[in-house]
Amino acid sequence: MTSPVTAAPADIEAGAAVTRRVDARRVTRRSGRDKRRKRLEILFFVAPALALMAIFVVYPVFSAARMSFYRWKGFGPMVDFVGLQNYSRVLTDDVFGQAVVHNFVIVFASILVQLPLGLALALLLNRRIRGRGLLRTIIFVPYVLAEVIAGVVWFQLLQPRTGLIETVLTSVGIPVPEQGFLGTPDLALTTVFVVLTWKYLGLAVLLFLAGLQGVPDELHEAAQLDGASWWQVQRRITIPLIAPTIRTWCFLSMIGSLQLFDMVWILTGGGPANATTTMATYLISQGSQRSNFGIAGAASVVLFLIGFAMAVAYQFLVLRRDTRADA
Amino acid sequence: MLCSSAVLLTATACGSGDDSSASGGDDKTITWWHNSNNEPGKGYYEQVAEDFEKDHPGIDVEVVAMAHEDMVDKLEAAFQSGDLPDVYMERGGGELADHVEAGLVRDLSEDASEEIGKINSGTLAGWQVDGKTYALPYSVGVVGFWYNKDLFAKAGIDQPPATMEELSADVEKLKGAGITPVSVGAGDKWPAAHYWYYTALRSCEQDVLEDAVTSLDFSDPCFVKAGEALEGFVEDQPFNPGFLTTPAQEGATSASGLLATGQVAMELQGHWEPGVMQGLTEDEKGLGDKTGWFPFPAVEGGKGDPEAALGGGDAWAVAETAPDAATDLVKYLLSDEVQQGFAKNDMGLPTNPAATDSVSDPALAGLIQVRDSAPFVQLYFDTAFGTSVGNAMNDAVALLFAGEATPQEIVDETQEAADQEK
Repeated sequence: MTSPVTAAPADIEAGAAVTRRVDARRVTRRSGRDKRRKRLEILFFVAPALALMAIFVVYPVFSAARMSFYRWKGFGPMVDFVGLQNYSRVLTDDVFGQAVVHNFVIVFASILVQLPLGLALALLLNRRIRGRGLLRTIIFVPYVLAEVIAGVVWFQLLQPRTGLIETVLTSVGIPVPEQGFLGTPDLALTTVFVVLTWKYLGLAVLLFLAGLQGVPDELHEAAQLDGASWWQVQRRITIPLIAPTIRTWCFLSMIGSLQLFDMVWILTGGGPANATTTMATYLISQGSQRSNFGIAGAASVVLFLIGFAMAVAYQFLVLRRDTRADA
Repeated sequence: MLCSSAVLLTATACGSGDDSSASGGDDKTITWWHNSNNEPGKGYYEQVAEDFEKDHPGIDVEVVAMAHEDMVDKLEAAFQSGDLPDVYMERGGGELADHVEAGLVRDLSEDASEEIGKINSGTLAGWQVDGKTYALPYSVGVVGFWYNKDLFAKAGIDQPPATMEELSADVEKLKGAGITPVSVGAGDKWPAAHYWYYTALRSCEQDVLEDAVTSLDFSDPCFVKAGEALEGFVEDQPFNPGFLTTPAQEGATSASGLLATGQVAMELQGHWEPGVMQGLTEDEKGLGDKTGWFPFPAVEGGKGDPEAALGGGDAWAVAETAPDAATDLVKYLLSDEVQQGFAKNDMGLPTNPAATDSVSDPALAGLIQVRDSAPFVQLYFDTAFGTSVGNAMNDAVALLFAGEATPQEIVDETQEAADQEK
C-alpha cells in the first residue's frame, strides 16, 4: 500500500515534470513557430520592396558594369568584348575630367554656401518673428517644386535680353553679359549653382529647423541665466546640439551634387562648350545620344565608385561619431 | 511601358528576352507606328489602313499614332529588345546600317522594286546599304535658310545672298538696321552642325563625301576648309544673344521661335520649319506671307556643287520578323494614290513623282523643286555617319561656335570617333 502512496507523489512529481517539460516544449515550439511566422511576415512585407530594389537598383548596377566591358550600340547581342578599353577612354576623356571637376565644385560650393546660409535662415526662423509661417513656406516651396518645372521657369527668367532677370538688371543699370548668364561659358556653372541653391536651400532649412526642435529650451534658459548672449547660445549650445543633423544634411547634399543631372540638363544641357557637364550628363550624352553604351556603362561605374567611396569615407570619418553616440 | 521609360542603366533589362515575335503576334495582324499624331494626318492614315484592309481580306492593320519624340523613344527601346513593330520609320544612314547589321530590318530591294524604281536615286541612296534598299523614303526635304522677307527689305537687301561673302555683307546690313541677323539653336548642337555640313558640302566634291560615308576617312583637306569657311562666318557674330544654349524649336525663345516672332531675320533649318513656326505663334500662322527661303550660299573656292542640297527625311521599313503582308502595306504607302493624298494634306514632301504636283503649300512645293533639281541630296552627316560619329562631330562644331575648337579639331574629333567604329 505504501508503494502506491510513495509512488503517488513521485508520479505526481514525474507527471508535473512531464507537464512542465511538455509546457516548456510547447512554449519553445510555440516561440519557434512564432519566430518562423515572424520571419515569414517580414519576408512577405519586405519582398515587394526587395524585388523592386533588385529590379531597379541591383540589376542595373550589374548590367551597367557588364556593359562597360563591351562595345555595344544598344541593340543586338553584346559580343564585342573590349576589356578595360571603355574605362581608359572615359578616364582620358577631357570632357569627363571637366565633368568630375564640375561635380566637385558643386559638392564643395554647396557645403560652403548653403550650409551657413541655411543655418542662418533656420536660426532666424526659429525665433518668434511675425510672418514666420509664411517665410518658412516661401523658403521651402522651391524644394517641393518638380526640378524640371523649376528648371524651365529659370531658363525663361534667364533668357538673354528678354528674360525677367536681365530686364530688371538692365533697368537698374547693372551690366549683363553679352551672351546671357547661361550662354557665357565662364558664368554658366555659377548660374546653375545659384539656381540649385535657390532650389535646395529649403531642404537644409527644414532639416535644421527640425533639429532645432530637439534642443531643449531649458538649456537656453540656463545659459541665459548665466549671462550668455544670443550669439553665444547659438554657437556654444544650439549648433553643437544639431551637429548630427548638419552632418546628415552635408551627406545628402554631397550625394545629390555628385548625381546632379536634371537642373543642368534643362538649363544648359551641359553647355555652353561643356562648361556645365556633370558625370551624369556625360553618361547620358554618351549612352542615349551617341549610343556608346559601353562607354556610358564605364562612366556610370566610375560615378558609382566615386559616390560609393565618398559615402564610405564620410561614414567612417564623420558620421561614425553620430552612430556610436546612438549605440 | 517599363522599357519605354527605362533610362540607360535599365535598358538591357528589356533586351534580355530573346522572344523575337513582333508585337501583334500572328501573321494576320500588322502593327504600324507613325508620328502623324495630328489631323489631318492621323485621320488620313487611319483611312489608308482601312483601304488596305479592304484590299487584303483577313489582314488586320493596327495603327499606332504617336508624338514624334514618344515614337523615337519607343523605337529605341524596341530596337534594344528586338521586339519591333512590323512597319516603322527609319531615318537612314549609319543608324539604318547598324539595324541592318543587327538583322532587324528586311531587305525590300526585290519585293518593292517597282516602287523603288520611281524614287529619285539620289534621294534613295540614304536608305541603301551595300546596294540593297532597306526602307522606302516617303518624305524627303532639304535644309536651307528660312528668312523674314519684311526684315530683309527693311535692311535694304533685295536679293538673297548667293555666296558666303554676300551673306556676311547682308549680316552687316541687318545689324546696321538694328536687326539680329541669324538665330541658331546651338544648345541642341545639330542646328549648329548643319552649318558645317553645308560648308563641307560646298567645299568637298561629291566623290569625297560619298567615300567618307563608307570609309570614314576625313583626311581630305576640304573638311578643314569647310571649318574655316564656317569660322569666318561665326566671327561675324551674326547670331542671337545666348545662342550657345538656345534650343532649336521648343518655345517662343527657341531659334525657330525667334524667327517666327520676327525677332531675327533668318535661320538655317529643315523643311519642317514652317510647320514648327506655326506651332510657335499665337495665330498659328508662323511667318505667314513673310516666309522666304534661299539655299545655302556657295563657299568661295569650294569644290562642291553649289546646287547640291543637304537633306533627309523619313522612310517606311519592315521589321525582319514581320508578316509578308507588311511589305505590301509599305508598297501601298508609296503608291501614287497614297502619296498624292499625303501631299494634298501637306503632311510632307512626297518622293513619288506622281504626287509632287499635289503639294498645295507653296513653301513645300518650292522645296520639292530644289530637291528634285539638285544633282544629289546629301543625307544629314550625323544620320549618315551614325549616332556615335555624328554626335562627336556635332559636339565639335558646337565648340567651334563657342570659339573653343579650330577647324582642324572638328576633323580630328570626328576622325577619332570614326576610328573607334572601325
